[in-house]
Amino acid sequence: MTDLTKAQSTGGNSVGEALDTPGEPIVIGERRGMFGATAGQDTSGYGGLVVPIEFPGASARPYGGWFDAFVDTLAAGLEAEGTAYGDAVQMVVVDRGEITVHVAREHLPVVARVLRDEPALRFEICAGVSGVHYPGLSGQELHAVYPFLSITNGSKRVRVEVSAPDADPHIPSIVATYPANTWHERETWDMFGIIFDGHPALTRILMPDDWPGHPQRKDYPLGGIPVEYKGATVPPADERRAFN
Amino acid sequence: MAADTTHATGAAEEYLDSPTLHVSGGDWDDLVDEATSLHEERIVVNMGPQHPSTHGVLRLILELDGETVTETRAGIGYLHTGIEKNMEYRTWVQGVTFCTRMDYLTPMFQEAAYCLAIEKLLGITDQIPQRASDIRVLMMELTRISSHLVCLGTGGMEMGATTVMTVGFRERERVFRIIEEVTGLRMNNAFIRPGGVAQDVSQRAIDLVREMVPEIRRGIRELELLVNENPIVKGRMVDVGILDLAGCMALGITGPVLRSAGLPHDLRKVTPYCGYETYDFEVITRESMDAYGRLRVRLDEMYQSLRIVEQATDRLEASLGQPIMVADKKIAWPAQLSVGTDGMGNSLDHIREIMGTSMESLIHHFKIVTEGFRVPPGQVYVAVESAKGELGCHLVSDGGTRPYRAHFRDPSFNNLQATAIMCEGSQVADVIVAVASIDPVMGGVDR
Repeated sequence: MTDLTKAQSTGGNSVGEALDTPGEPIVIGERRGMFGATAGQDTSGYGGLVVPIEFPGASARPYGGWFDAFVDTLAAGLEAEGTAYGDAVQMVVVDRGEITVHVAREHLPVVARVLRDEPALRFEICAGVSGVHYPGLSGQELHAVYPFLSITNGSKRVRVEVSAPDADPHIPSIVATYPANTWHERETWDMFGIIFDGHPALTRILMPDDWPGHPQRKDYPLGGIPVEYKGATVPPADERRAFN
Repeated sequence: MAADTTHATGAAEEYLDSPTLHVSGGDWDDLVDEATSLHEERIVVNMGPQHPSTHGVLRLILELDGETVTETRAGIGYLHTGIEKNMEYRTWVQGVTFCTRMDYLTPMFQEAAYCLAIEKLLGITDQIPQRASDIRVLMMELTRISSHLVCLGTGGMEMGATTVMTVGFRERERVFRIIEEVTGLRMNNAFIRPGGVAQDVSQRAIDLVREMVPEIRRGIRELELLVNENPIVKGRMVDVGILDLAGCMALGITGPVLRSAGLPHDLRKVTPYCGYETYDFEVITRESMDAYGRLRVRLDEMYQSLRIVEQATDRLEASLGQPIMVADKKIAWPAQLSVGTDGMGNSLDHIREIMGTSMESLIHHFKIVTEGFRVPPGQVYVAVESAKGELGCHLVSDGGTRPYRAHFRDPSFNNLQATAIMCEGSQVADVIVAVASIDPVMGGVDR
């Protein structure tokens, strides 16, 4: 990890497009204790150990492979649509051979349109949207991750990530550009409570219509199972002593 | 949220003053007579969730004008079991037993997508032994055949052709005999594991494949002779459930439905994984864009899968005895199981080692089985070509022993969105054929 980020930050000078400092990992939380036991029963003597959880941070140019050309084309396409690249794209992360473009939520529809319509990009298929809940990332707790696939240009894949705060869980819908995302956005609303503005019928899809709460969020209680033996219960999975 | 909330039941309010007729079961003719007596042409019919032709618990809300379907909506979620949430509270290895149950007709594909994603997160994709990849290919192609056989068999039965079903299921049992010999189980195998596979393919299993492949090929041929030029099949399927290439692209449709519209898009060819680039096979397409084209695509794909199965078997026979699990002991499952009479059996050599000779091996076994391995933080998206289309797995790790988030982009979930465009304007009976041609499996759709 450290070697990788060092190599990236010395590999080329940033053109000043990304907002975040290249190479700086993103801390999403911290891990306590040696074995990750959460119920306070860590008998290892290392219970006070605190380790930050670091996600790969922004990459600096060159991104490598076709990623540079892709980002250039995306920037040109955005400029042609009247959106500054620096406004729309917050940072670019290249990790494990995959590229993730972090986009400011208000600019998601135009980014989606450029990805689909720009001849050199032509990402025909958006393979849905997957929500991720990071309660530790203050101000950007809810993430929506969109994998794109371009069949025309050699089955290339890119990923667009958008975030929204818990207090204002709104992300614009891209159903107008990618009708395939209709059900996927409904699922992400159902599971995470992200409201996709402009979606034609944003209703629950997997859970019952009158279900309270959004089950895939990290703060959603799991609930235990009462056992008919001297008042004992099986605690819910998130409260059990476990390695994690 | 906006004041004029849109919801799934959509435009129902405008018909509030129409007479409502609630019917469940009974004779269709009686319903039609009653509706006619009310002078009401518009009928809303709930097909499902418990309907023999809805592949599990799919609810189709059909709006009918006489015999013509004017509007179709699909209601899903009846089989939602929270598998993705459950996986967040199990180790990376245990996750395999959960995702294998999503689309229960294609268990190997979920396992493969999930394990390939973990391996990419770990950065060990290059270290997977060749034999393990070959076994994965063998199992995935056998699964593709069995999934297509169910699709054709149940699809035929829904049109009233019982023989198509019996032939399809008979051949599927042959496939299952191989899968059972290798993994110990017919379905829900949990066979592909992070770093390799759970058990080796024995010479006995290879002999069984060699014995079964010609019989399966003969069975598929029998199915072909039964349906390909059958006037009833053609009458029911030709020009039914039309979806052209533009429609497929807009709705993100992949798999046989996309290939029936003429686009040779197959992830095994365009972004190979597990060494598919070294196998000799063809991508089958049709130009007809209808249910009949999809039937032919599936039939031909089974032949191609058999070709891959034969090539994989040759390689497995040549590489007998080579490792099937990654060499890194910090990731590899410590014991190699064997197939016992109850499906799964222990490895006696391993038990002798950990119980009799090496305390360190016992500690290592205990730690890696109960605690599991840690995966460096980050996210990946890995897609494989399932029998139904692009099966994607989005995994996020926070550096722990369990997935932080596991999301499966199930092809049935996405493709089922095409129900409306395929059915609207057609007859009620065509709805069954159109839905069957998508081949949705609700276990995968609802997860």
